[in-house]
Amino acid sequence: MAPHTEQLTRPAAVRLRGLTRSFEDRTVLDGIDLDIPAGQFVALLGHSGSGKSTLLRAVAHLDHEVAGSGQLAAPERVSVVFQDSRLLPWRRVLDNVLLGLDGKEAEHKGREALAEVGLKGRERAWPNELSGGEAQRAALARSLVREPELLLADEPFGALDALTRIKMHTLLRELWERHRPSVLLVTHDVDEAIVLADRVLVLDHGRIGLDLTIDRPHPRSYRDPLLGEYRERLLAALGVTEDHK
Amino acid sequence: MTTSASTNTTTSTTADATADTGTSTATDATADTGTSTATGTTATTVPAVPVAATGTVDDAPRGRRRRRRGLAPGKPWPASRLVGPLLLIALWAAASAAGQLDTGAIPAPWTVLETGVNLWTDGTLPTDVLTSLERAAYGFAIGLTAGVALALASGLTRTGEALIDGTVQLNRAIPTLGLIPLFILWLGIGETFKIAIIAIVVYIPVYLNTHAALSGIDHRFVELAEVQGLSKVRFVRQIVIPGALPGFFVGLRLGVTGSWLGLVVLEQINATSGLGYMMFQAQNYGQSDVILVGLLIYGVFGLLSDTAVRLIERRVLSWRRTLSS
Ligand SMILES: Nc1ncnc2c1ncn2[C@@H]1O[C@H](COP(=O)(O)OP(=O)(O)OP(=O)(O)O)[C@@H](O)[C@H]1O
Ligand SMILES: [Mg+2]
Repeated sequence: MAPHTEQLTRPAAVRLRGLTRSFEDRTVLDGIDLDIPAGQFVALLGHSGSGKSTLLRAVAHLDHEVAGSGQLAAPERVSVVFQDSRLLPWRRVLDNVLLGLDGKEAEHKGREALAEVGLKGRERAWPNELSGGEAQRAALARSLVREPELLLADEPFGALDALTRIKMHTLLRELWERHRPSVLLVTHDVDEAIVLADRVLVLDHGRIGLDLTIDRPHPRSYRDPLLGEYRERLLAALGVTEDHK
Repeated sequence: MTTSASTNTTTSTTADATADTGTSTATDATADTGTSTATGTTATTVPAVPVAATGTVDDAPRGRRRRRRGLAPGKPWPASRLVGPLLLIALWAAASAAGQLDTGAIPAPWTVLETGVNLWTDGTLPTDVLTSLERAAYGFAIGLTAGVALALASGLTRTGEALIDGTVQLNRAIPTLGLIPLFILWLGIGETFKIAIIAIVVYIPVYLNTHAALSGIDHRFVELAEVQGLSKVRFVRQIVIPGALPGFFVGLRLGVTGSWLGLVVLEQINATSGLGYMMFQAQNYGQSDVILVGLLIYGVFGLLSDTAVRLIERRVLSWRRTLSS
C-alpha cells in the first residue's frame, strides 16, 4: 500500500475515501470515494490508461512504490485474478491452486475448487498442458480456495476467445452466487460488465464518472433489449457515441 | 515491504522451452504455396512442384497444393550424436589400414586400443584415472557448493549482493589459469592448489548463471506470492528457487566442462601423477598412442558427465518438456 494511506477500521467491505495515486506528477486516481457492500458484484469500466488497474492494485495492496494518499479499507481475505493465469509452470495444477496453503483439509478444498471450475481429473497436469481457458479456470480455483471476502479481477478474460469468454462469464457468475464474495471486476468490455455485474462504475479522469446499478435478473442474455439502455448510457459515459461505432 | 525483484529479465523460464521439442510443425499454408502463378494455365513455371492429385474443384481457386512442410528439422535420429564421431573413427581406421598415416604421429585405432588395454592391465592407467577423477570430483564439488551458496547469498539478500556480486565479477575478470603460479606459491604444488583452481573454474559459471536467474525472477510471480500471502521463506522455496533452476543448470553444465578443462591444463603442466602426467611422460618418449589413450579418456569423461547432467536436468525440469498442444 502506498505509504500515506490510512487504514480504515471496518473491514467488512471495500471502502475508499479520497484515494489518490499518481505517477511522477501525473495524477491517475484523483480522490476516489467508493463503497462496495459485502457481496456486491461490481464491474469497473474505463478507457485504457484511465487507472482501472491502478485502483485495483491499490485495493489489493500491491502498490507499495506508488505515491498516494487517502483512506482504504478492504477485507482480510482478498483474492486476485490476473489477466494472465499466472500459474507457476513448475507446480502441478493442484499445487498451484494450493499455493500458500497446506494441510489435508486445504488439499481437499483445492480438489473441490478444481471440480467446481470443471477441472476435475486435471489435478496432476502441468500448467503448460492446459489451454488458455483451462488455465484461467485453474486461476479462478486458486482464488476461490481461499474463500475470499473480496475477489479482485483485472481483465481476467481479456486473453480468451469470445466463446470461452461467454462460458467463463457463466462460470464466474455461478461461483459468485455460491460463495457470495464482493467482486470488483475490471474490464474494457461493456457487454461483459452489463451481463455480469449488479453495479457498473466508469472511471474517468481519476474519478468515478458514472455509478450505474443494473437492475435486471440473472442469468442475463446479451440480447436482452432492456440491457441496451444501460449499454447506451455506459458508452456515452465512456465518450463513445453512435458515429464512433 | 520492498520486494527484491529487479524487473529487467522476465520469463527466463519459458524462453527456451520450445527449443526442446523437435517435432512441432504448423507453418502457414499461404507462406508455402501462395506463390503459384495463374491456376488455369498450363504449368510452365516450376516443373519441380507436382501438380498434386489433391487439386480438386474446391481447391482450384487456391492453386496447386502441396503438403505443408514443417519448418522444424524433424525427429532426431536415434543416437544421432554418435554418427559424426563414428564416421571419424571409420575414416581414421580406413586411412591407417591403407597405410596413409604416419604411425609415429597417428597410430592406428587398434594400436591405441591395445595400448589402452595394456596400460589398464598393468595397473598404471587405473591409478592415473583414479587420481584425475578424484581431483576433478573434489574441485567440482567444492566449486559447485561455493557457487550455489554465493549465488543464494547474493541473489536473495541485498547485503549479500553488495558484498559478493562485485567481488565475483572481479574474480571472473581474472583468467583463472593465470592464478596458477600464485596458488603454487601459496599452497605448494600438491593436490590442494589443483583442487582450488578447478573449484574456481567451476564456481564462476555456476554463480553467474544462478545469480542471474535468482535476481531475474519474474515480477509477476512476486505479485502472485504477495497476493497469496506467502511468507518470505515460502516465497523463496516455492517460487524463487524453482524459477532459478533452469539458469542453475546452464551454469552447472558450463561448470562440468570447466572442471575437465582445468584438470587437463593442471595435469599437463604441474603434475606428478594422473592422466595428464601420463600423457606428458609419453610425449617425452614419443608414445603418441599413449597420448591418444589419455585424450580419449578425457573425452569419454567429458561426454559422460555432460550426459549425466542432462539427464538430471531433464528429470528435475520435467515440467518444461510438456508444451501446450
Ligand atoms: N508503474 C507505473 N509507472 C508509471 N506510470 C504508470 C505505472 N503504472 C501505470 N502507470 C500509468 O498510470 C495510468 C493508468 O494505468 P492503468 O494501468 O491503471 O490503466 P488501465 O485503466 O488499467 O488501462 P488498461 O485498460 O490499458 O489496462 C497510465 O497512464 C499508465 O501509464
Ligand atoms: Mg489495466
